Amino acid sequence: MEMTNNEYDKLTKKMSPDTKLYKTLPKAFFIGGLICCLGQALFNLYTFWGLNEQNARSVTSITLVFFSALLTGLKLYDKIAKHGGAGTLVPITGFANSVVAPALEFKTEGFILGTAAKMFVIAGPVIVYGIITSVLYGIILYLVQLGG
Amino acid sequence: METFMEYFRAFVIGGGLCLIGQLLIDLTKLTPARILVIYVMAGVVLGGCGVYEPLVKFAGAGATVPLTGFGYALAEGVKKAVAEDGLLGAFTGGFTAGAAGLTAAVTFGLIVARCFKRGDKLS
Repeated sequence: MEMTNNEYDKLTKKMSPDTKLYKTLPKAFFIGGLICCLGQALFNLYTFWGLNEQNARSVTSITLVFFSALLTGLKLYDKIAKHGGAGTLVPITGFANSVVAPALEFKTEGFILGTAAKMFVIAGPVIVYGIITSVLYGIILYLVQLGG
Repeated sequence: METFMEYFRAFVIGGGLCLIGQLLIDLTKLTPARILVIYVMAGVVLGGCGVYEPLVKFAGAGATVPLTGFGYALAEGVKKAVAEDGLLGAFTGGFTAGAAGLTAAVTFGLIVARCFKRGDKLS
């Protein structure tokens, strides 16, 4: 399809999501806040069931990841994310979505190089740089311990 | 009232962390992948400095559910492991602390990829 730059600009403007701050910021705040409240409710439930703080936090993460995976499979997470923006990206549900969505989309390329490899398109960098930072922190802690 | 305030604090801090992410997306055009990387690294650094723990005490899930909370968990894991095992802990603490979230994402990711149909378009 032939089109001028001007037409193309108009088309991209029409296709790309609304980035007016007065719309995106409150939505991100509200939806992100709601997801955290869901996390708080789960955490309270698990501590009520007798889990210690650490384990309750872990099981809360697992539950949120499960919900996110399910909603991603049902194509509902993307619909919420259209409104939520960073509100659906920044919570751990967004991390889970970044794993599950490509795993599902690329299954046609096979279960090795499709699903399993593409799973880490976004999660890979997050894990690499998160772990590297934590290793550096550990080494610094160790040296401080030696010195102290 | 106490319970309400607990949820209110989680809502405001969690929402606030997401709002910062949205500002980064809209104003700097950082890609979602970069935002997530920045959040996790920030969580480790803030956790390591001892700045993030008071936030967790204050806001609960509002601080632990956003990905900075994942970074904080990595830092806490490393701290505990280094105290127990010395330098080895720097290598084991992170993955140990992140195990629940990571394993859940991989497991449910694989199950969903098996059981659900893929969408019409790549996203």
